Amino acid sequence: MAAIYLDHNASTPLAPEVLASMRPFLEKEFGNPSSIHRIGRAARGAVDSAREDLAGTLGCQPEEIFFTSGGTESCNLAVLGAALANWPQRNEVVLSAVEHPAVFGPARLLAKHWGFRLRICPVDAEGRVVLDRLAAAISPKTALVSIMAANNEVGTLQPFTEVSNLCAAADVPFHCDASQWFGKLPLPPIGLFGAALVTVCAHKFCGPKGVGALIVRSGTKLEPILTGGSQEADRRPGTENVAAIVGLATAARLFIKHPMASTPVLTPPAAKLRESLASLPGVRLWSPADQSLPNTVAVTVAGSDSLTLLAGLDLAGVCASSGSACSVGSLVPSHVLLAMGATREEASSLVRFSFGHDTSLDEAAAAAAAVADVIKMVGNV
Amino acid sequence: MIYLDHNATTPIAPAVREAMLPYLVEKWGNPSSSYRFGAKLKGVIEVARGQVADLIGASPREIVFTSGATEANNTALHAALRANPARRHIVTSAVEHSSVLSCCRALECDWARVTVLPVDREGLLKLADLENAISDDTALVSLMWANNETGVLFPVERIAELCRARGVLFHCDAVQAVGKLPVDLRRLPVDFLTLSAHKFHGPNGVGALFVRRGAPFTPLIHGGHQERGRRGGTENVALIVGLGVAAELARNRVAEYAAKVRTLRDALEQGILATISDTELNGHPELRLPNTSNITFRGVESEALLLLLDQAGVCASSGSACLADSDEPSHVVRAMKPESAASRQMVRFSLGRDTTILQVDTTVRLVREAVTVLRG
Repeated sequence: MAAIYLDHNASTPLAPEVLASMRPFLEKEFGNPSSIHRIGRAARGAVDSAREDLAGTLGCQPEEIFFTSGGTESCNLAVLGAALANWPQRNEVVLSAVEHPAVFGPARLLAKHWGFRLRICPVDAEGRVVLDRLAAAISPKTALVSIMAANNEVGTLQPFTEVSNLCAAADVPFHCDASQWFGKLPLPPIGLFGAALVTVCAHKFCGPKGVGALIVRSGTKLEPILTGGSQEADRRPGTENVAAIVGLATAARLFIKHPMASTPVLTPPAAKLRESLASLPGVRLWSPADQSLPNTVAVTVAGSDSLTLLAGLDLAGVCASSGSACSVGSLVPSHVLLAMGATREEASSLVRFSFGHDTSLDEAAAAAAAVADVIKMVGNV
Repeated sequence: MIYLDHNATTPIAPAVREAMLPYLVEKWGNPSSSYRFGAKLKGVIEVARGQVADLIGASPREIVFTSGATEANNTALHAALRANPARRHIVTSAVEHSSVLSCCRALECDWARVTVLPVDREGLLKLADLENAISDDTALVSLMWANNETGVLFPVERIAELCRARGVLFHCDAVQAVGKLPVDLRRLPVDFLTLSAHKFHGPNGVGALFVRRGAPFTPLIHGGHQERGRRGGTENVALIVGLGVAAELARNRVAEYAAKVRTLRDALEQGILATISDTELNGHPELRLPNTSNITFRGVESEALLLLLDQAGVCASSGSACLADSDEPSHVVRAMKPESAASRQMVRFSLGRDTTILQVDTTVRLVREAVTVLRG
């Protein structure tokens, strides 16, 4: 493990309690939950308990929970499933310009294969969806509105209560990708974001990779994207990944109501890093000071690029990212920063630091020092 | 407890679990990260990809990891149909797994045309039927290698050659074959092939789709660039490692597996057929997986027999676990013997590499006792 891991928006360590809850299902309790014999029934019982447990944590009904292979599949199921359930009477989908690729991907597929019109709602300079523009984009043709709860790259929280009200008034289903919310902030007073569909991704809150859930509030129309066996009430076939489902429910119980990384814990080191970075020449802060994830500090560095900066940081023992880990591998400017008004040069030099519950003030200071060194080094090249 | 339901799922091999644990504990990064702690995991995934490729005689670049066989089957069917809008016809069989049949029905509702080939009383296809079914607008033939309920083997070499000759894509659901039979795709011209880890002592929740180099492909799950743009979503590193190790174990054991398991299966089958009256084998006696035995007990409802066996400590099934929630009789046995009650009165025994002769002998006795009770 590298010295300082500041990439908790990409993934988080599996909590020991979560692994402990999973272990029986990686060992003796190996049954297929659909089998009717005792080994199968034990597995079925575990999946049922996990579903009830998660429903209790989230404040929804067990029947509203559909387990998936992760956040990406949940987003795909929500976007394709809800849009196609309302198609062809409705053939438009409304998204914010800062959604994750797991939402943009299926939305583009809707456009390509079903002729949907995508209405991309702009965001302001802080990355927050412009509500007037959102209201104007929603029409009787809207099959789905998909707006995330919190942005993965800069941390901006979206005004989901207002989005929910707009959708309710127009009788349009609202999908809220809450992958980055859970584990960092408690459930909001409105509950599950006032959304018809909510994406949950376990490995963002110390649960295992390869499992997520889509919450589908009762009365929401949804077409499955996978067809096969009768698992998950016919909406998500395939032998259940029992150990991972149990792990998801355990992690949710531990870290959703009382986030693993509470705001009072996260704010001091994040503030420390913000402060230190703000004083560096050429550094621009993009994470809003308010209504933003408490753990996320995103900056751009003039005259440099993300890959160079990240390589330098890695050598200095700091794990950070250029935004969505799902988009790396090529130097693509951040679509989030572009939507916030950044130039292409700026959007190509994003570095995101995302703290976890165990990040100390010292580590924040060390990260700031490393960034300063890397910027100096890059400047000298 | 005697577990004879290995076609539903298998216990994770201890070596597989041990290989997975480091990736659940200390090596938990996101492989798409640029820093070494995460990026190193890309190499780990490539090792597993190589292990899976070696198991089936493929090139690593032809392996796409999925969340399991259902996703892999769905992906193959969608990819083949998206390849050429002029070709909207799928040929499949009446005995496919529900993840293929349901997907075909869903596609049929949208815009595809589907031909479902019948099977004979022994569960076999007529190749002439397949030849006749293929037409100019056929996009894909999807036929399984080995049937999950009866173990009956389709002649995949001849099907593959026929599809190749007719210029039609061939998807093979090989979930029940991989790990039980040698699979060498260098000599078998399939375009897509599905496998699932938990059928050969790997973990639940991971599988793979083989996509032959040059075969058309469209992703089913869209998002990040993972799997070279063919399957979005943060890679499930631990499960992928588990699949890789399970594949390597299966490759090393596949030769001995067949010999060992066949002897036990035959002992079980002969024990039941010879000592319990009004019993009948479902499926071709020879062209079959070495581990599977599907037997009709006339006058005995499947559910009742399975319940008594479960109480006696024997885990078996009445067919596909994926359809166990439904009250429908087995679509596989019904397709073979439409006129009889066989599909409601059968039990599938599927053995594993750790099954013992003592377990087999005990099972024969317990089945005989249970059938006697139920027949009054």
